[in-house]
Amino acid sequence: MNIHTSRRGFLTGLIVAVALPQLARAEARPGYFNELPALDGDWAPNAFIRVAPDNTVTVLIKHIEFGQGPYTGLTTLVAEELDADWGQMRAAAAPADAEKYANMAFGMQGTGGSSSMANSFMQMRKAGAAARAMLVAAAAEKFGVPADQITIEKGVLKAGDQSASFGELAEAAASQTAPDDPQVKSPDQFRLIGTDLPKVDTKAKTDGQAEFSLDVYLDGMLTAVVAHPPKFGATVASVDDSAALQVAGVQKVAQIPQGVAVYADNTFAALKGRAALEIDWDDSSAETRSTDQMIDQWTAAARATGHAARDWEVEATGDVDQALSGAEMVEATYVFPYLAHTPMEPLDGVIRLGDREADVWMGSQMQTGDVGTLASTLGIQNVRLNTMLAGGSFGRRAQPDAHFAAELGEVAKAHGPGAVKLLWTREDDIQGGYYRPLTVHNIRAALDADGNITAWDHGIAAQPIFIGTPFEGMLQGGPDFSAFEGASELRYTTANHRLRWAQMESPVTTLWWRSVGHSHTGFAVECFVDELLEKAGRDPIEGRLALLGDDHPREKGVLQRVAQMADMSGDFGYGVAVVKSFDSYVAQIAEVEDRGGIPHVRRVWCAVDCGLAVNPNIVRAQMEGGIGYGLSAVLFSEITLDQGGTIRQQNWDSYPIMRIPQMPAVEVEIVQSAEPPTGVGEPGTPPIGPAVANAWRRMTGKALRRLPIVPVA
Amino acid sequence: MTISFTVNGQDRSVDVDPDTPLLWVLRDELRLTGTKFGCGIAQCGACTVYLNGMTRRSCVTPISMVEGSDVTTIEGLSGPEAEAVQAAWTAIDVPQCGYCQSGQVMSATALLQQNGAPTDEDIDNAMAGNICRCATYVRIRQAIHDAAKTLEG
Ligand code: FES
Ligand code: FES
Repeated sequence: MNIHTSRRGFLTGLIVAVALPQLARAEARPGYFNELPALDGDWAPNAFIRVAPDNTVTVLIKHIEFGQGPYTGLTTLVAEELDADWGQMRAAAAPADAEKYANMAFGMQGTGGSSSMANSFMQMRKAGAAARAMLVAAAAEKFGVPADQITIEKGVLKAGDQSASFGELAEAAASQTAPDDPQVKSPDQFRLIGTDLPKVDTKAKTDGQAEFSLDVYLDGMLTAVVAHPPKFGATVASVDDSAALQVAGVQKVAQIPQGVAVYADNTFAALKGRAALEIDWDDSSAETRSTDQMIDQWTAAARATGHAARDWEVEATGDVDQALSGAEMVEATYVFPYLAHTPMEPLDGVIRLGDREADVWMGSQMQTGDVGTLASTLGIQNVRLNTMLAGGSFGRRAQPDAHFAAELGEVAKAHGPGAVKLLWTREDDIQGGYYRPLTVHNIRAALDADGNITAWDHGIAAQPIFIGTPFEGMLQGGPDFSAFEGASELRYTTANHRLRWAQMESPVTTLWWRSVGHSHTGFAVECFVDELLEKAGRDPIEGRLALLGDDHPREKGVLQRVAQMADMSGDFGYGVAVVKSFDSYVAQIAEVEDRGGIPHVRRVWCAVDCGLAVNPNIVRAQMEGGIGYGLSAVLFSEITLDQGGTIRQQNWDSYPIMRIPQMPAVEVEIVQSAEPPTGVGEPGTPPIGPAVANAWRRMTGKALRRLPIVPVA
Repeated sequence: MTISFTVNGQDRSVDVDPDTPLLWVLRDELRLTGTKFGCGIAQCGACTVYLNGMTRRSCVTPISMVEGSDVTTIEGLSGPEAEAVQAAWTAIDVPQCGYCQSGQVMSATALLQQNGAPTDEDIDNAMAGNICRCATYVRIRQAIHDAAKTLEG
């Protein structure tokens, strides 16, 4: 049996007649990157590439790897330009260095917005092409032939019957001058880009060897946990730590700005010590509203001005009020709860503090901000950050306020020189805030006699994500697009359109959650337009294609593709949605069964246009994962506050997550494209919710406008 | 309190609070870090090990219960089913972030030891205790089927 063939058959619905050869597997390089510059004899043609005498080529990856594939994808770009053998490639985390390793989309080092491939695409290819030019020049000297007679195949440079490997040429290449503007390949010369190269980090993630922050153990290291306020905005009034200090293994208790830190010889003692703390909390500035009350207030604010901290008119074309008056009006209100990200590995990090420097190991998604915050918290200049593999993020580790780095810094400062691991438990994670904002949408639309949409009036009430953080400057005084992206620049053309954002306030902290604003705007827009089409008696796919007009060829391309893929002949509900996010286009069709009044999603078809697919297998995997992540939230997840502000959910028993029985079969097809690559980490998530809700409504007549669909009892 | 047991075939003794979960003994005392912490309350399966050959959530297993027992972790996992599972996992690149995967591999191997030809439903039942937040479930199902086929020969 050929596993590659069966995989393709299963995941894409295609039967591939030709068996693919087993590819050699590149690897993630073990060890912390900061040790790498010391490795003897490596040739470093530039900031991204190390060629060792043993003929391995290590690519320094400026983006964190937490499952979305940059270790493999960025390594592929370098290997392509070098014409390397995939088996000789290695990937390692680059050090934190905003000058060398900035995200070109951010101007600082960090990962997010599904930008890793898009911003690195030319940069990494040029790095590879520069190294190639130097290797070719070295080979030309060695072989005594002109450079244009040298070819490279699978990591071997050849001219006539002479040949040499990268490793053999590394020393000579080091004395060549790097070209100013290295020539990259044209797409027709690609041999690796566009193929399903095996991932570099799979093996270590299958045998338990992959090293995460939690796995870092240093000599003499203590483990710390912090008692955080049980309500948002509460602070410590007083602490009695006498019982905690009695716990065997507890070394110290310290009050820090984030709460009360307990340090112990091991994790269990730290947890036991924390449980023994007696803390009086000052709730005077705390959020005491229940989420039910907040939903009422948010709903009023979505429907009309005057109920928010600030009302923003984001877009206005035509005359919406005029168009709505007297027309057949349709109105819907959608309620989206606070959501925790719950990455599989909770937040954690290790710090070794010296007199004037610190070494830090953490799954940092915003290295520049985290290093800066650690340095200022500790009052030192020299912070060396090792970006570790991380057990998921979905946005949670990208913190504009660097709150985890700040807490790690405070924990270290209160302890003094030495090594400490800071661990958040799952309860800390679920109750710790930084949620997808609670959001309410209200949409009113008018239809004319032919069923055309003649007006669309859209109000969204939500807290901001950027405003009030160091990233606020990006907005240049404008509204916080994280609240309404996906509802702005409405694709379903109508001459009369208005979008309002009601800026809400609460001490509950908010953060981007996989696909950010699209996690709710995609649902509201795609459900509402589906209802309008149904009212007008139009087919959901043909109707969308007509509304999209001539200006949205890529949305139409994925819609047409997914319509071809889907088998909608079963006795089930079928629903469609198409969402553009992060410059990628995804359409999905869900097949939904009514199981005792609860939707069970049996199958999902997914078509994606993400420009050039550098590694189609990773693109498919991200669509599968994005669908599972989105479906999990839509079906089950919400964070609620009781009257008084107590957070009801604590762990995965009260904040349920999709498990394997709820996972549909997924088929993904990638629309061929010559456009530059765009992101895939997030865009798979937004369409699944509306596709399922639309299937459900068309099957049962019941519109789903309050998420999650299956509230926890 | 000193507690003695075997881990991956080796005799080990630890002197710890008897309430300490096996998970933290494996990690903090024995530095076997392949077994992960995800929830601490038997919800996620990231901490799955074998205790006397049966899958067990090490986060809720006090070390006092382990006296005299045999523990197997991902580091010591071996045998034809384990090899087939790990090969199938690798061949179709199941892991994304990878953090849950030690537990998934432990549970999948145990399933194939019991049931050489599991259906999708068998897989769903056996693997329901293992959360994958990256939702690699589609590939987990496929890899288990692939592993079963290689074991058949
Ligand atoms: S950590 Fe043990 S089941 Fe989650
Ligand atoms: S691979 Fe990330 S949680 Fe499973």
